[in-house]
Amino acid sequence: MGEGDPRASLKELGDRLDKARGGMKQAAPEGGNGIGDTQNALGQGLRIGVELVVAVVVSVGIGWALDNWFGTKPALMVVFFFLGIGAGMWNVYRAVKGMGSAMGVRRGMPESKAAWDDEDED
Amino acid sequence: MAIELHPLDQFKIEPILSLHIGRIDASFTNSALFMTAAVVMISALVILGSRKAEMVPGRWQSLGEMAYEFIANMIDETVGKEGQEYFPFVFTLFMFILFGNVLGLIPYGFTFTSHIIVTFALAALVFIGVTLIGIFRHGFHFLSLFVPHGVPKVLLLLLVPIEVLSYFIRPFTLSIRLFANMLAGHTMLAIFGGFVAAIGLLGIIPLGVDVLLIFLELLVAVLQAYVFTILTCLYLRDAIHLH
Repeated sequence: MGEGDPRASLKELGDRLDKARGGMKQAAPEGGNGIGDTQNALGQGLRIGVELVVAVVVSVGIGWALDNWFGTKPALMVVFFFLGIGAGMWNVYRAVKGMGSAMGVRRGMPESKAAWDDEDED
Repeated sequence: MAIELHPLDQFKIEPILSLHIGRIDASFTNSALFMTAAVVMISALVILGSRKAEMVPGRWQSLGEMAYEFIANMIDETVGKEGQEYFPFVFTLFMFILFGNVLGLIPYGFTFTSHIIVTFALAALVFIGVTLIGIFRHGFHFLSLFVPHGVPKVLLLLLVPIEVLSYFIRPFTLSIRLFANMLAGHTMLAIFGGFVAAIGLLGIIPLGVDVLLIFLELLVAVLQAYVFTILTCLYLRDAIHLH
């Protein structure tokens, strides 16, 4: 194998690798069941469970603390309870839709820039 | 026969070297020992992996490059090119949590990520850091993060407080998710493990459950490190690009 420029053969190898990778990408289209998708879905599932509960608990805590501070018991706690429910649901909704501060940024984009360019709807 | 189970004993923090500075207890604990072990192992992996860069990588180099590329690609996909500035932080965070989670699965090991104060300290670091990055990059304009666009003005009265609230909830969800997963998994392993010795020959059943659980826990350990890191990246993206 001593003949030829080693760089040329490396470049050829690189081209072949790129080609193979391109083929893989086409074989597993967006929304398919590639390994990356499974991992993403699992990660997303594990993520969402906490979101709803913690949002309510933390907001009620904030409301309670503010109540203590201003002496307005229990007005702010009630307000923050409902805000917390809203925030929790809103976060879960966003996480599922793959918008905003959510997982599920689309994979396999030709340019990584596209990942946030086309989801500015929130 | 009473079955004695102490599934929560494994989370007890015990001092190894006692050290008190004034009224502060700065003892070197089992938790600190495993943190040190994680840092030493991560450093060893990275140093051994980059010692001799070869065209055809050896075992260490492969491992090191795999870890590097995983995080570099994650940042690229979520934050974009500008995010690479923060690669060292994100990489360190991921490796520290990953090693903490996985080291805890070794028998007699200690899981420092099963303590809320540890995960909350990490999450608070991310939260404060990301907020500062956002403020330094955008100044006052950073506040537009809380104003969703394409929404009627009246709804903004409701949505802005919700957005602000969900911003401040981030460090809590981030830390509780990791901590709760670790705590629950290890407690479950210990409970089934306790049954094995207690019920004699039938103990083969909980033993089987534990064998399956340990695989699940390994998956959870890796995935939770991944989730923590990718959420950090997404928060970073919010701070850099605002929407």
